[in-house]
Amino acid sequence: LSAAPEVSKEDGRPKWDNKFQYILSCIGFAVGLGNVWRFPYLCQIHGGGAFLIPYFIALVFEGIPLLHLELALGQYLRKGSVGAWNTISPYLGGIGVAMWMVSALVSFYYNTVLTWVMWYFLNSFQEPLPWSVCPLNENRTGFNEECYESTAVNYFWYRKTLNITPDIAETGTLQWWLVLCLASCWAFVYLCTIRGIETTGKAIYVTAIFPYLVLTIFLIQGLTLPGATEGLIYLFTPNLNTLKNPRVWLDAATQIFFSLSLAFGGLIAFASYNPTKNDCEKDAVTVAIVNSMTSLYASIPVFSVLGFKATTAYWDCLDRNIINIINEFDLPEESIMRQNYTSWISVLNSSYPEKIAGLKLKSCDLHEFLDQSVSGTGLAFIVFTQAIILMPGSQAWAILFFIMLFSLGLSSMFGNIEGVFTPLLELQIIRRSAPKELLSGIICLISFLIALCFTLGSGSYWIDVFDRYAGSVPLLVIAFFEVIGVAYVYKIKRFSKDVEWMTGRKLSLYWQVTWRFISPLLLLIVFMAFVTLQMQKPPSYTAWNPKYEGFPMKEEKVYPPWVQAICVLLAAFPCVCVPLVALFHLVKQKCRSKGPSFVPPEVFCQGTNS
Amino acid sequence: DAQNAFKVRISIKTALGDNAYAWDANEEYLFKAMVAFAMRRYSSKSTTQISNVLLCNVTDRVSFWFVVTDSSKNVTTVPGSEVEAAIRMNRNRINNAFLLSDKTLQFLKITSTLSPPVEPSTPVWLIVFGVVLCLIVVGILFLVVSGIQKHKKKNKESTERENLEEKVEVTLENGIPCEALDLKAGHINGVFGADDERFTSL
Repeated sequence: LSAAPEVSKEDGRPKWDNKFQYILSCIGFAVGLGNVWRFPYLCQIHGGGAFLIPYFIALVFEGIPLLHLELALGQYLRKGSVGAWNTISPYLGGIGVAMWMVSALVSFYYNTVLTWVMWYFLNSFQEPLPWSVCPLNENRTGFNEECYESTAVNYFWYRKTLNITPDIAETGTLQWWLVLCLASCWAFVYLCTIRGIETTGKAIYVTAIFPYLVLTIFLIQGLTLPGATEGLIYLFTPNLNTLKNPRVWLDAATQIFFSLSLAFGGLIAFASYNPTKNDCEKDAVTVAIVNSMTSLYASIPVFSVLGFKATTAYWDCLDRNIINIINEFDLPEESIMRQNYTSWISVLNSSYPEKIAGLKLKSCDLHEFLDQSVSGTGLAFIVFTQAIILMPGSQAWAILFFIMLFSLGLSSMFGNIEGVFTPLLELQIIRRSAPKELLSGIICLISFLIALCFTLGSGSYWIDVFDRYAGSVPLLVIAFFEVIGVAYVYKIKRFSKDVEWMTGRKLSLYWQVTWRFISPLLLLIVFMAFVTLQMQKPPSYTAWNPKYEGFPMKEEKVYPPWVQAICVLLAAFPCVCVPLVALFHLVKQKCRSKGPSFVPPEVFCQGTNS
Repeated sequence: DAQNAFKVRISIKTALGDNAYAWDANEEYLFKAMVAFAMRRYSSKSTTQISNVLLCNVTDRVSFWFVVTDSSKNVTTVPGSEVEAAIRMNRNRINNAFLLSDKTLQFLKITSTLSPPVEPSTPVWLIVFGVVLCLIVVGILFLVVSGIQKHKKKNKESTERENLEEKVEVTLENGIPCEALDLKAGHINGVFGADDERFTSL
């Protein structure tokens, strides 16, 4: 009568509206803030264009194989991370649990970064931009001291936004403006993920495509700025000597790995909503290549703007020196220009060396300014905001820039939330009849409450801790076990048959070799090198302390022991799940084998569970 | 005398660019007049003359030193503090006379009070935040309400379908429900065709 047998096979699992939505979601998850503020930095410090060589090698031997593995896994087993690994083997269920945990930990702090972006966005509607001028001090005779000694941009970031404390142990108070922005960010995430992929699938059209539009606009505008071409040439010129440094190869491998958002479980969740007869091989290659191309594409406007900023800083340096000389020697205005500065200096130095020495002129070197490299939040909130002030129509550029950062981060958040949401939905934490909206609401509310810790005065130090320890080492461990689990527990022969059934063609030798040998080996080497490098010096951080003698340089401090303990916990807790769950199942099996009469009801239920 | 003398530095080209005027004796005269005006306004006595203001050491920069003498008290110079106060009070007028600003018409040793930035009563960002939050809340409410409505419609549909299935299942044959008939016990008359032809297929 009715299509009853087919309904149970369909099992009411949500699915993507079309293939494009799925690809866009994967690309949005992979393309994040790191593509804009980490990759250009790595290119800059590791010899410009030469960095692309280890980067593409890592992409081919580590990135694409792992990506294909995750997508194929999710698509074939049609379950989230926890369910998928439980299906492969109950002993490997710990991998799924670890993935879920890492996704949760990263979601907490990642949205706080978006909170900062939103705060800057809200402040971009003012004229003049609030980070362009220093506020006055109390008696209005000069500028605020902290602001005067550093720069207005630094002051706005460290004082007006973070209200940062000088030490991680000093927690400070909740910053109410950040709490408001955090609440609205989580409300926004709730709005987009309210019904799982039904709603994120619609939102992703905007959040994944909009950044490319803005990057293009910035590219065109950036190339017209003075000094942009010098910046581009200097920063992209390959310096092949850097390849001798193993650090470069390590950075390339870790960058590819973290950039593709592997081992979060989000990709498995996305792929599980696909129809099984889908070409996951082509999808994996597409997503990986688009991600890398985006990184490259984003570096061009970033380098143009950095070149522009360096050039203006160089001109400012020259102008200041010129003014000092003109005032000292009472020469007519505009007698010394930037072009004849060097000739004038040599003439004056030969005739009045003591006077010139007394002026204490700073040496202005364009390459020195170009070499100043910043990554992460410093690039976005300090360097870029300073460059935006110098552009005509700064409000519009600021608004565009921060909306772009917000979309980039939001599309990555979708993947993180999906990595938390899908396993919980499958574990049926709440009743089947309860709406999905309730579960996503609970997740967002709990995450918001936990993330309130990051709005404290010391919040940004804690975000660094989470980023360095929860969002790095566990992922490498999980990925290693992932590859080993599929290659040697599930067995490559069986897996290639599954993939063949899905894609319709035989697995090429490239996949067999990388899955079996190259990727696990690479991951092991990267993990060892990474941990060794971390252990070499005691974990330290740089603090913003106005009372420090070297202010405005940041003070280098060591983490107190209790913070170090938290770091270790954050890194170890997800990793430890893998052996713990295996041990748990081993013990359960032993108990079961001891008592054959006791047959747990789950045995019967496993077959019918789809 | 250096105590009561002030150095002035003027940067006309920086301020006006192409519209810059040349610094000549007429401009110097104007300057003397402005300083005399400032002294008169400050001390409210009309004794200061233009000739009381003395300029010296004019360079190409343009920079020079000036002092204000007091003709009533025997060729002494007016104390620096008075001159400073007078200039401070009338700084705006002096700047405007020369189309310059505090930065381009510098009186070294006299600091200018900085004007506070204009601060609106409610910070702008709060207004934008209110707008953004309202949009988000409206969006969430819309999605939640539509979700509840869809849920209700699905429930209604499923109960309707259940009723329909009940009606279909309870087909009666001579007042006896078909399930009650034990087809195995009876003898199937092949003449009447296969069993399932009795029921119209849906």
